[in-house]
Amino acid sequence: MPWGEFKDTAAERRLFQRRTLVMLAFVLVLIGGLLARMYQLQIVEHEVYTTLSDKNRVQVQSVPPPRGLVYDRNRTLLAENRPVFSVTLVPERVDGMAETLTQLDRILDVSEEDLERFQRRLQEPRRPFQEIPLRYDLDEQEMARLAVHRHELPGVEVKAELVRYYPHSELTAHALGFVGRINRDELQRIDPVNYAGTNYIGKSGIERFYEDILHGQVGYQHVETNARGRTLRVLERENPVPGEDLQLHLDLRLQKRAHELLDGRRGAIVAIEPATGGILALASVPGFDANKFVTGISVTDYRELSESRDKPLFNRALRGQYPPGSTMKPMLAIAALDSGATTKDYTIWDPGYFRLNESGRRYRDWKRGGHGWVDLMDAMAESCDVYFYEIAVKMGVDTMYDYLSRFGFGEDAALDVSGALSGLLPSRDWKRAMRDEQWYPGDSVNMGIGQGFMLATPLQLATATSLIANRGSWAEPRLLKDIDGDTSVSGFLPDGNHEPLKLKDPSDWEYVVDTMAEVMHGRKGTARGAGAGAPYRMAGKTGTAQVFSLAEDEEYDAEEVRERLRDHALFVGFAPVENPEIAVAVIVENGGGGSSTAAPVARELFDAWLLEFQQSDDEALVGRVDSGGEN
Amino acid sequence: MALHDFIDPTATNPLGRPRGIWSALHLDPVLLFLLLALVSGGLFVLYSGADGNSQVVKAQGIRLGVAFVVMLVFAQLDPSVFRRWAPWLYAAGIAALLAVLLVGVGAKGAQRWLAIPGLPRFQPSELMKLVVPMMAAWYLSRHFLPPRFRHVIVGLAIVLVPMMMIIQQPDLGTSLLVGMAGLFVVFFAGISWKLILAFVALVSVSAPMMWFFVMREYQKQRVLTLLDPQSDPLGAGWNIIQSKTAIGSGGIDGKGWLQGTQSHLEFLPESHTDFIVAVLAEEFGFIGMLVLMLVYVLIILRCLYIAATAQDSFSRLLAGALTMTFFIYIFVNVGMVSGLLPVVGVPLPLISYGGTSGVTLMAAFGVLMSIHTHRRMISA
Repeated sequence: MPWGEFKDTAAERRLFQRRTLVMLAFVLVLIGGLLARMYQLQIVEHEVYTTLSDKNRVQVQSVPPPRGLVYDRNRTLLAENRPVFSVTLVPERVDGMAETLTQLDRILDVSEEDLERFQRRLQEPRRPFQEIPLRYDLDEQEMARLAVHRHELPGVEVKAELVRYYPHSELTAHALGFVGRINRDELQRIDPVNYAGTNYIGKSGIERFYEDILHGQVGYQHVETNARGRTLRVLERENPVPGEDLQLHLDLRLQKRAHELLDGRRGAIVAIEPATGGILALASVPGFDANKFVTGISVTDYRELSESRDKPLFNRALRGQYPPGSTMKPMLAIAALDSGATTKDYTIWDPGYFRLNESGRRYRDWKRGGHGWVDLMDAMAESCDVYFYEIAVKMGVDTMYDYLSRFGFGEDAALDVSGALSGLLPSRDWKRAMRDEQWYPGDSVNMGIGQGFMLATPLQLATATSLIANRGSWAEPRLLKDIDGDTSVSGFLPDGNHEPLKLKDPSDWEYVVDTMAEVMHGRKGTARGAGAGAPYRMAGKTGTAQVFSLAEDEEYDAEEVRERLRDHALFVGFAPVENPEIAVAVIVENGGGGSSTAAPVARELFDAWLLEFQQSDDEALVGRVDSGGEN
Repeated sequence: MALHDFIDPTATNPLGRPRGIWSALHLDPVLLFLLLALVSGGLFVLYSGADGNSQVVKAQGIRLGVAFVVMLVFAQLDPSVFRRWAPWLYAAGIAALLAVLLVGVGAKGAQRWLAIPGLPRFQPSELMKLVVPMMAAWYLSRHFLPPRFRHVIVGLAIVLVPMMMIIQQPDLGTSLLVGMAGLFVVFFAGISWKLILAFVALVSVSAPMMWFFVMREYQKQRVLTLLDPQSDPLGAGWNIIQSKTAIGSGGIDGKGWLQGTQSHLEFLPESHTDFIVAVLAEEFGFIGMLVLMLVYVLIILRCLYIAATAQDSFSRLLAGALTMTFFIYIFVNVGMVSGLLPVVGVPLPLISYGGTSGVTLMAAFGVLMSIHTHRRMISA
């Protein structure tokens, strides 16, 4: 020892050896403790941790079913599914979230909304390595730019999913409706199991009405995943049942023609096949691109659509409630004949006005000076108002209400058209309840020419016209023609519940149809211009509805106001007279007269349906037979 | 020491027994065999923990080879060399720790490394695991044992100064090991049980103070997470939940080598470094853990035997403290992975991937072998 103190080395060694024994005991006790812990985890609680380990490893993933496709009656695709790419981030693998987001914003167009939604999702509890979507629906350029910068952006990934696509966008938006992202309200309503992997749901139209058939049944797969959620292998799989494909009565060619005929105007066309009630065309112009709504429309695009003066989002065919005007006269003629308010021979003198009593108010005819002596045939052909004033007063509101309701007015008679409105079929009770007034005879006078309180949608007018074409037998309007596969239409299409309209003298139908043919082909027919030169006979009725007021907040523009104050032009009709194949209702907003604007549109549709398309269908049929023969 | 001592197997040692090859190489065959068994078994587990990445195994093999060479070198040195150099090494170590705090480099918010131009980067705190017990043993062995109170105070100061400096880096795991290494010297020196009780009492009183004034936010979080991993199952609790799941799902005989789903599917974090024992437990089960613990206990037994048969107080204190440091590694690591202790960055000795601690550990075993193979015949 350096400074020479005496050290008792033996005592020191004994002391050390005692301490070593203490430490040995310490070591053995603690190692025993560790082994006891292992015993607890590996043997006592083994089952618990095996379950946890399997739950880690094996995940049940839902496999969303592909949505059913929608075809028109010629099997032209109207709604399909296309892969859409979205960009997602895995926060654990991102180097510097703020810089990554800034750089992504330079490469892609990331909106404030996208960022907000992303930040919100980032705060929510989630599994490690779970991806968070940032932006949906990348276009090809963005995909390319992202691919170039991909190596600088760790943790940024591109995901694909199938999303609804409408190849004929504007043409079919109002007829088909569209799908969109499931919102909070819909989340409450849907079956959480079946929609486990689904992001989209039918929002309107066919897409909404047949959601159950189109959606299909969710599938499942048990997959082994790693901690990053990456699927390593599929252990077990139950395939989804794809949604069923639908075939509609709709004919895209006629739909397209209808849009072309109304191009540049505002209006609606509904065409129905009378025998089946199948809706051949359902056009509301202007239309809009439904594809924009599928993945979420931008605020500016939405504002542009919703604030447009032409109201492209408004489905005029189903929800436009117009005063039907003289297009009501064929139905009122049926009512008057059957109720005995008039006969085929009954004749009146029309001085150009109608008075309820000697000193009463004068109700004008549209023709100054009047039509002179007219019977029902003349009254229809020339659209004599005074004749209908008189029979309306004779019938009274109750009789008119009874008959018109049999034609489907005042109700939504369509089977599978979602969102259709009921119009307004006024009655004594309605007036007392809504206006707190009794029904005056003057109200009946107005109702006689489809004015006053009466409102109807183009779909209702086409339905009523179709009933006349069918001579009283009902075929409720419908879009669904067939479901592919074994599913029967009857299980999903609601049953019609309308009794046929039986007249005391069934020949009254032919008489009224004749009067309507007179409108098109008669010497004095209001639509004789539109009916001229046709190789088939058609029946129709023109109408003109007054536009009463201008919305207060609209800006004053002399030209514009004059245009917007013009009457709505209406037309209802069907062809051919003997064996009707098509019934239509046409309304052109602010189109002026029904005979000059709406009737020629209907004629074009009749020609297209009866001559042009029929011929091309025949040729196609011949072609198919020919090619079949060569084999 | 002459070169011919290495070559001449017939030379005899001072005890008069024939000198074998082991004595000539200054190696302890029992300890060497146990270490080789541990290391080679460890490489198999590492291969699985690194998900079949042979590069990792190769790198670790090279590193362990270097570590064995270091052990061999340390074993050749006479224990008196360590004693003589202890104060100078200690002074240099303190200076290096100071340099780390001032100009050190590091990652993840901690400064641990010292990059001196011309030398490989190294961690001064790692060397202190050896130097601090050497210094404490040097100081206490100069006086009568059991030490007097003032010597205990100085001895504690020798331990606490570098420990606090390492905490500042911050590196809780290493400071814990350095501190324990020094405290074991004080314990082996024969500090009275009264003082030990007083010390324990002091620690339990100061623990709340540590909580509020010394511990960093992430360290507090680790303690909280230990107490209730489910409170944040996807955040801080993830590691503990996943490692317990790995261990527990291993059962009695495990899922089989390379068959552990927790590690191979990446649920287990740090599966080839700090959490590697969970891989072993998952793939080889409770039996595997028994074997591992048996090897560790045998190593500790052999080392304690070496300590108990050492011939001077310095050697005894140093050997005992180094042995117990090795044990602390095992206990803290396995305790942490099995959810008994908070998550502290302490590797599983000689199995976890990573170089520095392996080299230090093997150097410590070199010191132990040196102590064992340099014994002389002395008068009692």
